[in-house]
Amino acid sequence: MGNNKTTFNKIIYTTLILLLGFFGGYKIFSPKSAGATMPVKNTLFRNVSGNDSISSLTKEFTGKIFEVKDGDLIMDAVKKATPGDLIRVYPGTYSETVYVDKDDITFQGIVQDSNWPTLDGKKELNDAFLYSGNGIQIEGFKITKYKGNGIMGQAGNNFVIRNNWVVDTGVYGIFPQYGKNGLIEYNILTEIEDAAIYVGMCDNIDVLHNEVYGNVAGIEIENSRHCLVENNNAYNNTGGILAFITPGLPIKTTYDVIIRNNFVHDNNHKNFGAPGSIVSGIPAGTGILVMAADDVIIENNIISGNKNVGIVITDFANGGAKASKDPESDPNPDNIVILDNLMVNNGYDPIGEIKALMLANLSSEGPDILAIGKGSGSSILNRDKYVTFGLKDFGEPKITDTRDVKSLLLDKPAEPRKLSKNKLGEYTYFGVCSGCHAYDIRLIGLPVNVIQMIYKNNPKGIVEYINNPKNLRDDYPEMPPQDYLSEEAKIAVAEYMLTIGK
Amino acid sequence: MKKIIYILFIVLAVLLLVFTLNHDDKKQVKEYVEVLNSNFELCKTCPPGFQLNEENECVSRNLYMQYESLENKGVGGLKTALPKVRDGFSPQQIDLGRYLFFDPVLSADGTVSCATCHDPELGFSDGKERGVGIKHTQLKRSSPGLWNVAYLNKFFWDARSTTLEEQLQGPLFADDEMGNTPEKLIETLNNIENYKQLFAQAFPKRKANDSIQLHEIYTSLAAFESSLISLNSRYDQYAHGYAKALNENEIEGLNIFRSFVARCAECHTPPLFTNQQIAVIGTPEPEGLPFDAGAEITFNDKTRRGGFKVPSLRNIEKTAPYMHSGRFKTLRETVEFYTKGRGHAVPKGENLYLHWHIWEPNLTDTELDRLVDFLKTLTDESFKPKVPEKLPSGIQIQHINT
Repeated sequence: MGNNKTTFNKIIYTTLILLLGFFGGYKIFSPKSAGATMPVKNTLFRNVSGNDSISSLTKEFTGKIFEVKDGDLIMDAVKKATPGDLIRVYPGTYSETVYVDKDDITFQGIVQDSNWPTLDGKKELNDAFLYSGNGIQIEGFKITKYKGNGIMGQAGNNFVIRNNWVVDTGVYGIFPQYGKNGLIEYNILTEIEDAAIYVGMCDNIDVLHNEVYGNVAGIEIENSRHCLVENNNAYNNTGGILAFITPGLPIKTTYDVIIRNNFVHDNNHKNFGAPGSIVSGIPAGTGILVMAADDVIIENNIISGNKNVGIVITDFANGGAKASKDPESDPNPDNIVILDNLMVNNGYDPIGEIKALMLANLSSEGPDILAIGKGSGSSILNRDKYVTFGLKDFGEPKITDTRDVKSLLLDKPAEPRKLSKNKLGEYTYFGVCSGCHAYDIRLIGLPVNVIQMIYKNNPKGIVEYINNPKNLRDDYPEMPPQDYLSEEAKIAVAEYMLTIGK
Repeated sequence: MKKIIYILFIVLAVLLLVFTLNHDDKKQVKEYVEVLNSNFELCKTCPPGFQLNEENECVSRNLYMQYESLENKGVGGLKTALPKVRDGFSPQQIDLGRYLFFDPVLSADGTVSCATCHDPELGFSDGKERGVGIKHTQLKRSSPGLWNVAYLNKFFWDARSTTLEEQLQGPLFADDEMGNTPEKLIETLNNIENYKQLFAQAFPKRKANDSIQLHEIYTSLAAFESSLISLNSRYDQYAHGYAKALNENEIEGLNIFRSFVARCAECHTPPLFTNQQIAVIGTPEPEGLPFDAGAEITFNDKTRRGGFKVPSLRNIEKTAPYMHSGRFKTLRETVEFYTKGRGHAVPKGENLYLHWHIWEPNLTDTELDRLVDFLKTLTDESFKPKVPEKLPSGIQIQHINT
């Protein structure tokens, strides 16, 4: 027994020491302890390529920090947050739609031991993130099983979407729309039934260092201007990288797009796009597709193993999409510039129309590059390197490289419209108050000249009243509270009302 | 001497009498003028939503002027500027347009006014499936609401006009709508003294006795129509940053509305809730009516067959029934159309270029209810204009639809 006891004690001590050592070592050496992840600065420009010309904002992080843990709702934090705040989300599963109708909110997913904070739509929810505010930053989330989009923006400027892992989120993975000045970088996206990264009707967007595979379209730039698509790995999609003008949209142009330094390979995935969608007409095996867009530069990409064609440049009529014509949108691709690209093993199993072209051109090899339909002003460098069809009208490029262009983001964030207090007061008075108040006649509420007598030199009194009206006159109806106006608008309109004359 | 004083006294008395009589005459005339003017003096101030500038123009003012929009197209999200507005009419032109708008004298037989089909009590539509014109003629399409037309650049369901002035000549001179002719309209108005005076007030640069011109009629009607501004709904309060303006159900509806599953906002894009494009969506015609080719005719383009202008959804709650033919009685039926399958109502043999956003979103019943909840937050009639109590033509004001 004694021996046994000693052995037993030894085992206990050894185990304890081992456990202590393990935990102690974990505490000391683990880089993942909770305090180690610092809040990000809410900066848009990060020096991604070691190039000093991209200026870094010095805007310091100043807001509150909300911590969201498994079992909480991210949305509860969003409702409490104000511009400048940071919402840190810890590993766990969050089944919700996070909508952000505020400015300058940062979402930072914290990955621990390879456990991600995961937004899971369970194929019941529409979108993971929906934002309309400016300065939204979303990073470090796994997003899966939504029906609409992983991340969708409507009109938010100055956004950053990075380090997200998006799997099967329905129609689009990352979809900023009507946004200006945004960065989409270091994301992984797969199993998306339209475009994994879809830049739609935006200006000044950089799409960098993303991995997109197993989607119908990898990266799509549509009806957008000043977009740089660089250092991405687009493979095993139906189409790798697309620059489009789609007709029938309110913003009609795509121009100034640079597609460079990307890997675009083996984009041979069966097309699983929804019937009727524009991308459902893309033949499997399409590397880069330019449809109707202008001023697109394709440079230094490695384009290989795309069985239909490496690069195709087409007008809308030949693009394979069935959509109504739009006389306000130019259907032809103009001024496309193909600089040096490494192209191997493309066009080895093309669709019927291209096979017919091969026959007509007495070619046994499918095309690296195909231009079809109308368009003018396009050019190509060293065309003899490739198998090309339809490039007879292409001239020599006027440039040899785009190295001067480091980024197509703005030098500084897109700013909201500058507005004086007086103008805000004017817009509020005529836009809202004038429904019931006129200067010297009675509409529904008191004439303004009477208000001016009551609140002479006292705009704050007006603010108090419109927040919490008290019916002081039997001969007038009670005013509904106007507390929905912003604090700035309330004081601005109060001051404005005291200044107006006949 | 006494005699002289006596005569002077008499002369004075006579003068006094004459003076008094004269004075009374003048007073009478003046009062008569005032009676006329108090009936039909045009408003000198702008309607709500407008600021009067030094050139006597009403310029549009609203909270959306705080914002920008991408490429200045007036489409985007919550805090996005509106499209370019049509403004700058004088208060008098707007007010004259108001009288004309409600006056059936504009029609061939004095029975139909603009307001017959565009009733302010019914969102400036008429509550009918399709409009009814002169002699109770059934029209082909439903009467669109007129709120915020100042921001539109396409008019009629088939987008065949690009200005309000061009548009309004359509119903004025269509045989089955107001049935008038330009010649008869001018003659009628020039024979109404009230209108001659009112046009002189609204167009002061020309001589007061000049006859009324057609373009002055068009300008006045366009001025009134473009004064119909609705931008203060509960949705707008939410958009400008007041989160409490919408309840949970309505916010859920907003999120469904702008999501890429339902895709409503892709065409009904804020802040106007239209992107002003043509879309072929394949809604059914009323039973027994032939297929309406819509924009195919306007643009002579088969790819636009069955295409119609995307309407704004502001005050949509007020303008049932819905779609170009008024086929759907309720908002619920209307939103349900979009989830019943791409092309489900397209007649056999029609090979339409259906819009790519028409797909199979598989919206649940609850989601459809939430969409309707949201659509009702777009209602705002706080700037609804007053219906004139009396018309310059002397015709009794009609309240046909109420």
